[in-house]
Amino acid sequence: MTDVRRTVEAVWRIEGARIVATLARMTNDVVWAEDLAQEAVVDALTQWPAAGIPQNPAAWLTTVAKRTAIDAWRRRARLDDRYRHIAQGLAADPAGPEGIAADSWEPIDDDVLRLVFTACHPVLAREAQVALTLRLIGGLTSEEIARMFLVPVGTIQQRIVRAKKTLTAAQVPFEVPDPSEWRARLGSVLGVIYLIFTEGYAATSGDRWIRTDLANEALRLGRVLAGLTPREPEAHALVALMELQASRFAARVRPDGSPVLLADQDRAQWDQAQIGRGRAALARSDALGRGRASYALQAAIAECHAVAPSVPGTDWARIVLLYEVLGRIAPNPVVELNRAVAVSMATGPASALLIVDELARDGNLRGSHLLPSVRGELLARLGRSTEARAEFTAAAALTKNAREREVLLAKAAGEL
Amino acid sequence: MKYMLIMRATDAARQDYEKADFAEIIEKMGAYNEALLKAGVMLAGDGLADSMADNFVVDFSADPPIVTDGPYGETHELFSGFWMIQVGSKEEAQEWATRCPLGPGSKLEVRRVTEMSDFGDLADHPVLKQQETWRAESGQV
Repeated sequence: MTDVRRTVEAVWRIEGARIVATLARMTNDVVWAEDLAQEAVVDALTQWPAAGIPQNPAAWLTTVAKRTAIDAWRRRARLDDRYRHIAQGLAADPAGPEGIAADSWEPIDDDVLRLVFTACHPVLAREAQVALTLRLIGGLTSEEIARMFLVPVGTIQQRIVRAKKTLTAAQVPFEVPDPSEWRARLGSVLGVIYLIFTEGYAATSGDRWIRTDLANEALRLGRVLAGLTPREPEAHALVALMELQASRFAARVRPDGSPVLLADQDRAQWDQAQIGRGRAALARSDALGRGRASYALQAAIAECHAVAPSVPGTDWARIVLLYEVLGRIAPNPVVELNRAVAVSMATGPASALLIVDELARDGNLRGSHLLPSVRGELLARLGRSTEARAEFTAAAALTKNAREREVLLAKAAGEL
Repeated sequence: MKYMLIMRATDAARQDYEKADFAEIIEKMGAYNEALLKAGVMLAGDGLADSMADNFVVDFSADPPIVTDGPYGETHELFSGFWMIQVGSKEEAQEWATRCPLGPGSKLEVRRVTEMSDFGDLADHPVLKQQETWRAESGQV
């Protein structure tokens, strides 16, 4: 029984998005499509233990869901063209419910892309977009999503139910955005995927500093998106950024779960194969010849670290340049802060402190532990220890991550 | 979790392969690779050269080790290619493996790739700790 459940979950991860997308195309209703698909999954869990797992599980699930849809239409007496067309299609299908022909369904990429844009529709709150993307595109169960985000299952279930209600109420159509909205909408999708990644890469809450399962899910979603939109440089660039950042995972965390700073990381533990994949993805982005936007620049910065043998051996001047460009196309106080760190390595802590003090005056990073953390580093390097310790203490109070707090308190105590 | 899918083929299977319609094989394998890529699970994959002129075997039963051409001969199961995939469970690896378009005489050996977390207990091993010291002293941090 457990085996069947795990097999169904595995099939769902592989095929779920395409199944829901196909049903959404048929019904023109993503919410109903997802409900139909879930019902088919329940049927599978009920029938497969006794009847055995079908040869083509995805086709089985799709056909069962389609039949439920047609039954519902019949009951509602919606005898429109779509119903007739589907009914004719199914009537011509040689296989019955027990043996569904292996090629009786054809998944279409465009439909999955429509599903991606629907899951990330602007009418939804960010949290809802994340949950829906992991559910519809990632094929994860609510339990799995809840576990990854360290929230109760009920929270995720409610989020998804509310999201579906919103999509229905707003009558969100099952389509890809207009050319005029494409760039913004794609940006939103990339943002959702990267949010999932960063949540895993430097977990903002909880005890673990890295949650690799979340990060790996984001990587998978990113690769799927790049496959669906191969002519979009930023889709490839996002994959590059995630691969390059993830390549450091093994070195970023000690066995006890505490974080290791970049300067102290054992670079022999950096995943070279992953770095290779990341660099190849960035090259694919560049090869499209449309220049570098935000994710590509961030990936290029990550690449500088990835190819460097050591902190002193890093091309910090190049990193400063990349941050300057990034700051011009996507101005952002965190980018500016990172630029300050790079400047401190390329030029020295004094010049960097000027940038950080300006940021402090602007007040955009108030409430974030990042600014006092960096300021503390710079002051420590300038020998201004008392001021440095005050900054580290302030930063420790602001971070929500237990592991990070430990590191900052250790620095405040002069232990690091 | 990372899994390696290791293709092994008997000599008989390899002979069938040589007689088969190459275009059809390419198409089926191509479709399989494309499915892996589109699903975002493919990390790496390569075939191993068949022409034994490029290949050799290193046998460590002597010191220095013995190098011979090969591997040749008996109907053993020759490692002929591999994929590395990133999946969420053993069952997911199984789903992918069973979809591989191979024929009779071929097998896929599917092995989980060990990751750093597997070596957690060894972190205190004296040799590993010594390596840390060497790296620190050589400035390679």
